[in-house]
Amino acid sequence: MGVGNFFTSKLDEAIGWARKYSIFQYPFVTACCGMEYMATACSHYDIDRFGAGLPRFSPRQADVLFVVGTISHKMAPVLKRVYDQMTEPKWVVAFGVCTCTGGFYDNYATVQGIDTIIPVDVYIPGCPPRPESVIDGLMKLQDKIAAGAQRY
Amino acid sequence: MTGAAIVADLQERFGGAIVDTHDQHGDHTVVVTREAVVELLRHCRDTPALAFDMLTDLTAVDYAKFPGREDGPRFEVVYHLYSLRHNHRLRVKVRVEEDDAVVATAVPLWPIANWLEREVWDMFGVRFEGHPDLRRLLLYEEFVGHPLRKDYPINRRQPLIGPNI
Repeated sequence: MGVGNFFTSKLDEAIGWARKYSIFQYPFVTACCGMEYMATACSHYDIDRFGAGLPRFSPRQADVLFVVGTISHKMAPVLKRVYDQMTEPKWVVAFGVCTCTGGFYDNYATVQGIDTIIPVDVYIPGCPPRPESVIDGLMKLQDKIAAGAQRY
Repeated sequence: MTGAAIVADLQERFGGAIVDTHDQHGDHTVVVTREAVVELLRHCRDTPALAFDMLTDLTAVDYAKFPGREDGPRFEVVYHLYSLRHNHRLRVKVRVEEDDAVVATAVPLWPIANWLEREVWDMFGVRFEGHPDLRRLLLYEEFVGHPLRKDYPINRRQPLIGPNI
């Protein structure tokens, strides 16, 4: 291994470390899971400890798309557009069982899991998930961000 | 007027057009033929003693496979009327067959009927003759079928819609 390779791998690690602690999320909140999202985001559980404390309400400034709540067929094109507007690198978290699989809304109106529309990195099940589960999912996402190949 | 007096008045005026009447806990209902319904609604709205100036709801019921109603008309369109002036209520029902599910529109009487009738069309597939803009209200144009019909399969999947999906 030459000096160049050594330098690149260390630079990758450094960038991964920086990225995993500077998550700018876009909360796509459509339903009751939003309450649990707020509980997680506020001071008691405090996702700012993980560097994810600043939600950006513009997809162009966000790294992680938090899909929080039931997605109906009518909402699906909007979600797809928001995802397309985000710049690389980007990740997606499916927050709550409705976004993972459709949940108990096995009916005519609900998308049966957002992974039928956009790729998903971390699934957080629960109806709604406890803040502990959300933080667990967030830490798994951080591991994924740090381990992934960095593009810069 | 009391509910019973309203029903008696309507029966006297419309006679054979009123198919059935009943009351539940003091809420009176008249079931009327399809041909007479708009005339009856207009009478309810414009007669000073009735003055039903508010259409609180317009919806429908699917009686397919309903015990005791297997042979009768499948759908029932229901109008809930309220009078702000007299503080009394009336429910008007119209029965329609599945293969001829059309009722005359109530939009000229109460503008709110516009969206309510669109919702009934969307969910039950009952059409309203003379409606100015009978499009789906809650669902999207590409949707196939009418989901609140009893024979709509509960787990039917609709194709995804929208840009690049």
